[in-house]
Amino acid sequence: MPSDLPAQPRPARVVFYNDPKVRSIAYQLVLCTVVALLVYGAARNAIDNLARAQIASGFGFWNQTAGFDISQTLIEYSSRGSTYGRAFWVGLLNTLLVAGLGIVFATIIGFIVGISRLSSNWLLAKAAGGYVEIIRNLPLLLQLLFWYNAVLKALPDIRESIAIPGGVILNNRGFFLPLPILKGGLGFVELSLLAGIVAAIAFYVWARKRQERTGQRAPVLAVTLLLVIGLPLAVFAVVGRPIGFEFPQAGRFNIAGGIEVLPEFVALLFGLSIYTAAFIAEVVRAGILAVSRGQSEAAYSLGLRPGPTLRLIVVPQAMRVIIPPLTSQYLNLTKNSSLAVAIGYPDLVQVFTGTVLNQTGQAVEVVAITMLVYLVISLATSLIMNLYNRRMALVER
Amino acid sequence: MKRFATLVALVLVMTAQGVSAQTLKAVKDRGMLNCGANGSLAGFGLPDAQGKWAGLDVDFCRAIAAAVLNDANKVKYVPLSAKDRFTALQSGEIDVLARNTTWTSSRDTSLGLNFVGVNYYDGQGFLVRKSLKVNSALELNGASVCVQQGTTTELNLADYFGANKMQLKSVTFATANEALKAYDAGRCDSYTTDASALYAERLRVSNPDDHVILPEIISKEPLGPVVRHGDDQWYDIVKWTLFAMIDAEELNISSKTLDEAMKSPNPEIKRFVGTEGNYGEQLGLTKDWAVRIIKQVGNYGESFERNVGMSSPLKIERGLNKLWTKGGIQYAPPIR
Repeated sequence: MPSDLPAQPRPARVVFYNDPKVRSIAYQLVLCTVVALLVYGAARNAIDNLARAQIASGFGFWNQTAGFDISQTLIEYSSRGSTYGRAFWVGLLNTLLVAGLGIVFATIIGFIVGISRLSSNWLLAKAAGGYVEIIRNLPLLLQLLFWYNAVLKALPDIRESIAIPGGVILNNRGFFLPLPILKGGLGFVELSLLAGIVAAIAFYVWARKRQERTGQRAPVLAVTLLLVIGLPLAVFAVVGRPIGFEFPQAGRFNIAGGIEVLPEFVALLFGLSIYTAAFIAEVVRAGILAVSRGQSEAAYSLGLRPGPTLRLIVVPQAMRVIIPPLTSQYLNLTKNSSLAVAIGYPDLVQVFTGTVLNQTGQAVEVVAITMLVYLVISLATSLIMNLYNRRMALVER
Repeated sequence: MKRFATLVALVLVMTAQGVSAQTLKAVKDRGMLNCGANGSLAGFGLPDAQGKWAGLDVDFCRAIAAAVLNDANKVKYVPLSAKDRFTALQSGEIDVLARNTTWTSSRDTSLGLNFVGVNYYDGQGFLVRKSLKVNSALELNGASVCVQQGTTTELNLADYFGANKMQLKSVTFATANEALKAYDAGRCDSYTTDASALYAERLRVSNPDDHVILPEIISKEPLGPVVRHGDDQWYDIVKWTLFAMIDAEELNISSKTLDEAMKSPNPEIKRFVGTEGNYGEQLGLTKDWAVRIIKQVGNYGESFERNVGMSSPLKIERGLNKLWTKGGIQYAPPIR
């Protein structure tokens, strides 16, 4: 009987400093204080030392005239008229350009190689395996130097430029492409492109609904291509092709005019894409192998062919496994782009922590800004990939 | 408790007074001079196949070590690229920077550094292929130029092309090696750096005879050794090491004639070799500091001839770097 039990003695009051909860809070507080003190001390020390050595500090340099030239500028920049701040943006945009394109190319190559490695075609599988093992096991810096020297050595001198039909010129100063110049009347083309995109989306939604309702599939890809590419092209032809090209012209030393693609850029983009693709290929392979064999067997037994099985059954499930490590590879690629410094591509590190740091001597500020920028780029990439991951994650019912 | 004590000690270390001003004491305690050097420029700083360093700037570090440590070989050379050199000196990794560095006002002030003098009067030039048939730098409109990052060269280049309304395509590399290699591979029409270095670098391209140095010198590049702000005694020692080497040449004291100089009745020479006065002690060194420099390294002229002059592969004329008494502008204040 419960009532017969002697009253439970109240647990003896624990002295507060023996309370595990209080203790753990106290420890955390002490730790935080010590860390804060260390950080403060280090910062204070750095500031004192800079002041004692009379080294300039602060961010006043941001608005001073830069005075040096940069080989690739996506925004207006001149050595006499632009500031260190402008040079920072030039470098940042160059980094984003090579990282963004690198991510696209690395993903495409990586998926192709990763899937090829699992192919039943012996030659294809072995070639993909060889690619992964060779590229993955050589240092990236070495590969970049190799590509840069390969690009430079393989291409002819400027006076023996290769002219490719269509106005493209190729030599060891880079690729020179015709620059499209838009003329009046192009508004119709843009409008029709916009209309085409809207119509394509509408068709996709309609086709999807119909498929869910009736199981009938519509030729989505063909219709989309027709609407997005065919329609604007047709309008373009109708309004009389309102576009001109500025063709690159050979000058005494260099090719003038047109779009210039630097060999440094090509080598860096090539090196980064090829290198990261090898890792992405392994991520893709692992993701596909993580989908149980039963899934594709079930698909085959339902009568699906290997192509649709891969596209509709295996890859969507594999994506859940692939996305998190894929994010790391994207971050790696972005950070590795700072190796540009070795082959003379003017990325953020080359321009800002290279020339600007040296010309201003303000190492602490310049390095801090650069670290902050890479942190922001990486966190933004992670955020986007996490959102995508949430969308792709298995919806549990 | 012990762990806590360690933490407190750590905090104290972090917040302690910064880099000590006592460079002389630090160098003596270490028994070794940390010298920031070039590492890849023949004539100024370059280790040979046996790892033995040689060059005009290297000789300067050897001279400091001879004066301070009585052994010209007690130098640890830290090879630095142009863009890393100032950070290495500011952070105390090296005691002195002798790496063909141009003296400019901003470097002397806002970088927290002091230039001690000029050990080579230089100017910027251009190296081009003979096949280009260019006779003057003013014909380089539209040319692409390979250049090393973090140098005055990089700035002068943009200035020169801008001032002459010429279009420039510069390609910037982190080290002189990479810039020269790219030039050699045909990436650029021209390679630009200090004229003295061009003489050395021309010998390193695949076919030196196909390349020519243009006559224009587009800038003043007074190259000199550098120390940190905040240690006047060390600044004096480094400065007077340079002056002693130049003064010795003027007084005709060389490593060969040192024994005669020791016996000389000439009061100027007596002050130099320390048999009269206590000028060495005033520097914080001993009486015979200058003798040690000359005995172990030699005077400025000897060092110049050996490393960059006519008895070196570079064969550079002394030109501006002749003594003021011989038509140049090398001039040092007297020791007295």
